[in-house]
Amino acid sequence: MKFSISWLKEHLDTDASLNEIVEAMTMAGLEVESVENPAQKLAAFSVAKCLEAEKHPNADRLKVCMVDTKDGIKQIVCGAPNARAGIWVIYAPVGSYVPGIDVTLKKAKIRDVESLGMMCSAREMQAGDDHDGIIELAGDDWQVGGNAAAALGLNDPVIDFEVTPNRPDWLGVRGIARDLAATGLGPLQSDNFSKIKGQFECPVEIKIDAPEACPAFAGRVVRGLKNGPSPEWLQQRLLAIGLRPISALVDITNYLTYDRDRPLHVYDVAKLSGPIRARWGAGETFEALDGKEYDVTTAMCAIADDDRVLGLGGVMGGTASGCTEETTDVFIESAYFDPKITRATGKATGIESDARYRFERGIDPVSLQSGLDAATQMVLELCGGEASLSVMAGIPPIFERTIDFPVCEVKRLTGLDLGADEIASILQSLGFDGQMSGDVWAVSVPSWRGDVSGIADLVEEVARIYGFDKLPQVSLRREAGAVRPLATPLQNRARMGRRALAGAGYLDAVTWSFCAKEDAALFGGGGDDLLLANPISSELDCMRPSALIHLVRSAQRNADRGVADLSLMEVGPVYHNHSPDGQRLSLAGVVRSNPPRHWAGSRARDVFDIKGDVQLALSAMGAPVGSLQTTDQTRPCWHPGRSGALRLGPKILAEFGEIHPGILAKMGIDGPLLGFEIWPEVIPARRARTGRSKGALNKSDLLPLTRDFAFVVDADLPAETLVRATKGADKALIAEVNLFDVYQGKGVPEGKKSLAIEVTIQPKDATLTDAQIEALGNAIIAKVEKATNGVLRG
Amino acid sequence: MDDTQKLEDEITNAIATASDEAALELVRVDALGKKGRVSLLMRGLGKMSPEERQIAGPALNALKNRLNMLIAARKDELVEAALNARLATEKVDITLPARSRSMGAIHPVSQVMDEVAVIFGDMGFSVAEGPDIEDDFHNFTALNFPPDHPARDQHDTFFLQEKDDGSQMVLRTHTSPVQIRTMVAAVERAKKAGTDLEPIRIIAPGRTYRCDSDQTHTPMFHQVEGLVIDRETHMGHLKGCLTDFMATFFETEISTRFRPHHFPFTEPSAEMDIGYARKDGQILIGQGDDWMEILGCGMVHPNVLTSVGIDPDVYQGFAFGMGIDRLAMLKYGIPDLRDFFAADARWLKHYGFSPLSQPNLATGLSS
Repeated sequence: MKFSISWLKEHLDTDASLNEIVEAMTMAGLEVESVENPAQKLAAFSVAKCLEAEKHPNADRLKVCMVDTKDGIKQIVCGAPNARAGIWVIYAPVGSYVPGIDVTLKKAKIRDVESLGMMCSAREMQAGDDHDGIIELAGDDWQVGGNAAAALGLNDPVIDFEVTPNRPDWLGVRGIARDLAATGLGPLQSDNFSKIKGQFECPVEIKIDAPEACPAFAGRVVRGLKNGPSPEWLQQRLLAIGLRPISALVDITNYLTYDRDRPLHVYDVAKLSGPIRARWGAGETFEALDGKEYDVTTAMCAIADDDRVLGLGGVMGGTASGCTEETTDVFIESAYFDPKITRATGKATGIESDARYRFERGIDPVSLQSGLDAATQMVLELCGGEASLSVMAGIPPIFERTIDFPVCEVKRLTGLDLGADEIASILQSLGFDGQMSGDVWAVSVPSWRGDVSGIADLVEEVARIYGFDKLPQVSLRREAGAVRPLATPLQNRARMGRRALAGAGYLDAVTWSFCAKEDAALFGGGGDDLLLANPISSELDCMRPSALIHLVRSAQRNADRGVADLSLMEVGPVYHNHSPDGQRLSLAGVVRSNPPRHWAGSRARDVFDIKGDVQLALSAMGAPVGSLQTTDQTRPCWHPGRSGALRLGPKILAEFGEIHPGILAKMGIDGPLLGFEIWPEVIPARRARTGRSKGALNKSDLLPLTRDFAFVVDADLPAETLVRATKGADKALIAEVNLFDVYQGKGVPEGKKSLAIEVTIQPKDATLTDAQIEALGNAIIAKVEKATNGVLRG
Repeated sequence: MDDTQKLEDEITNAIATASDEAALELVRVDALGKKGRVSLLMRGLGKMSPEERQIAGPALNALKNRLNMLIAARKDELVEAALNARLATEKVDITLPARSRSMGAIHPVSQVMDEVAVIFGDMGFSVAEGPDIEDDFHNFTALNFPPDHPARDQHDTFFLQEKDDGSQMVLRTHTSPVQIRTMVAAVERAKKAGTDLEPIRIIAPGRTYRCDSDQTHTPMFHQVEGLVIDRETHMGHLKGCLTDFMATFFETEISTRFRPHHFPFTEPSAEMDIGYARKDGQILIGQGDDWMEILGCGMVHPNVLTSVGIDPDVYQGFAFGMGIDRLAMLKYGIPDLRDFFAADARWLKHYGFSPLSQPNLATGLSS
């Protein structure tokens, strides 16, 4: 919402400076977005008088002028046809910045004649489009050195501010003035419109057939008027806030829309046929004032006569009944349109208009008659004519609201300790009334404040006008006693996993929660219930089923920028369905291994490095890594032969491996890429213990000893089976089993492989005898044979 | 005695000239071995008279000791020389490049979320969470956004496809739905236990979404919500809590300003500004007298309390919401929001944090 200071002062009697007004608005909740002060822009320019204008000796079109300026008499070379002796002009001195041509003036020689400054055109001053000649100030009542902005009538700053949806009354300058008056900037001017007496019966009949959409419709005719351009002051008002003057009748409706949040409409009576009805649409088409055609559906409020639709109620009028220069009789509409229906119509048609903006926020229901009278008065003043009696169909919604207000609520909710008088005076200054004494007041709400419906709203009004800067400031301390843990176990897991992996070289990324539907499908998602109805692009139209997708794409983008050796990770949500339980936390990583060459040799990372990273992260998150089982059953997004899942019983804690080369090809990504996805929620919670004790350390003083074994097993036997079987041979004595060799080839039969393990044996109570060690070796061999059909390699 | 002296000179010389440990051992055996020359002399003591023995015995023992010491000293010399010789052959060009290892980095959003949690944790808040895909009730209606109200327009909401019943899920436009979920759960707990409502103090950091994309808006961003409900918390506490937070977060003295504003779910509502100055294109928080908006807040609206079954005449409190990404940008001088979500390795390394910098108040928030 924009308004100019001079407009504000029509309603507010104040000497406050621009800065004081802006500050008062800010602290009253009218958030100023910009202040445009043309005077500032024009500060360097001043009024001057052209004393002489002689033809330039070396150029026919130029003149050499002597100009009386605030800096003394200056010689200025000027090309304007109207430059002549005796006119009052606007002078720009050497060194000033001329905004309209983006030039800072310098001392110049033009065709060998010195020129010291400039006489400006309207365009050079950004005061209009005219650049046929320099500005000539009308009349002779000027002083050399006078302020140029004032001389041009451009000394009226314009403020633009944010109107929050609860305050439609701020959509009128008078509403702004009322709040500023309450803050103490000055008294609210009394209203200068009065009731109009009609001279004849209104010849236009109004009927309401859709009272839900249009509960009340008032109007009257002014006949015998003359429409034309509106006067200068009105045009300036509208221009200042960016509205285009059209004609007096239209300008009056726009003016009152902004002046008192009272949208109006004018119809050329000559173009009407029969009564005006507010009715539901019937599927007809209608040409609106924006020149576009719209379908008027049965959910829209049509304003129509016998022949056609004249307008969409509360949204926009039509071209057919519009007022022109020829209009002599006008029907002025001042109606109330339902906010929800207005909003629905606006959304369906896409029309954004000042009327819609106001009606959908709700206008003052008491303003129908006063707004009509104000409009009539202006029409009579500016266009002449004779007013009819007013007519009104329907009844405006009755707004009567009284709030029981325990005045102690001000203190309870804000901590402010205010006297009853202070509270009452603030409320009264905003137009509230009622009985304001005792413990519980009965406060009646003014008709333009539909937003105020309860105690808290009144408290806000009081605190807002009194000043939030005067609120007490009280630190919030935690309760006495032990500090409770701040985070949930899952949050801690996510944090530990992230930091462990970052420690291992991964870069922590944050990527979009949505991805392309096609990508989602490749990673097991893309279902209809996770598609966005209004995505910002087709590349981000589906909630992601996996955090790998954007990491894979980012890895490629990074490679395209020359970062080809990269480990990325992300901790973030993935989505399986749209229910609250359908979201899961994922810790995913993607690795493109392209290690730089090294003088001592280098090795690219493979799935076993990734497996190690996953185990590191899982261990940091508290998972029992030693008890996890690796299986090769993974989702189809992985390389079927080079991926695995880490399970705890039936629960999958993580998957890792190479991303499926076919999927990479479909995404246009260069492979190979390694990756993993961990689900921290699946990690079992730490067992609740009585305390945090770690238990005793059982460390033996006896030396551990190692024994090597090699077994020939089936080529497709998972090595983990052999290791597990070995450990199972004697859980007490076998501390560790390290698989250190895998061999296929000469000496090992076709279809078999040799697995070599080093078994670490930790005696517990006494050194083992040779016989005991041999027995353990035999137990291992037997156990392995039973579990894997493997035989000791001879 | 001249013979003995001669013998000693000879052996001493042999010790000194032994070129390695093996040669030295031969000298030792030759002198002090079972059949060594000194040993033989000592064996001769038995044949001497007691008087002679009394003179010759100590002399020979002294000789033996001297030789042993010389041998041990020479041995040390030879060991050291041998080691030095070996080490000389093992010299590498130590200026060759290392097999380097490097840590990764923590994203500014992750880091700032941890910082925020630590500060509010110190004020007794715990962390709550809620789903990104919300229903209309939690995202709007329970937060006092009436259906079809223009206040909803300000939220540029992402909708999911229509369900069979015609309703649409939304991507949460703010973290405020977590307020509702937290209060509903607290009310249920109190009902089950048959007790009064326990005081609530939570923050809820997370992802939020608006259908908006330009230089300063991304369709996904991060917010942290705060909620305090008890029987006595008023706007003064709100002001104190958030002012303390800002000063702790920015690790500097800071000026703040509360302005009235409007949010459907708070009443009274406010926006908080922090003071800053712009110097050489840099934003300096805590200096100068320009104001920038940093968060929205207010006392929880009675309609919101009522919608979750809390009596607004008994309980009261405040709520706030602020942008995590923006906090990160301001504190750490990160210029462009869009870069946050591009996973550009160069950006992540430059603006990221060491994984060892786990924020805490004891060592300084960002030390």
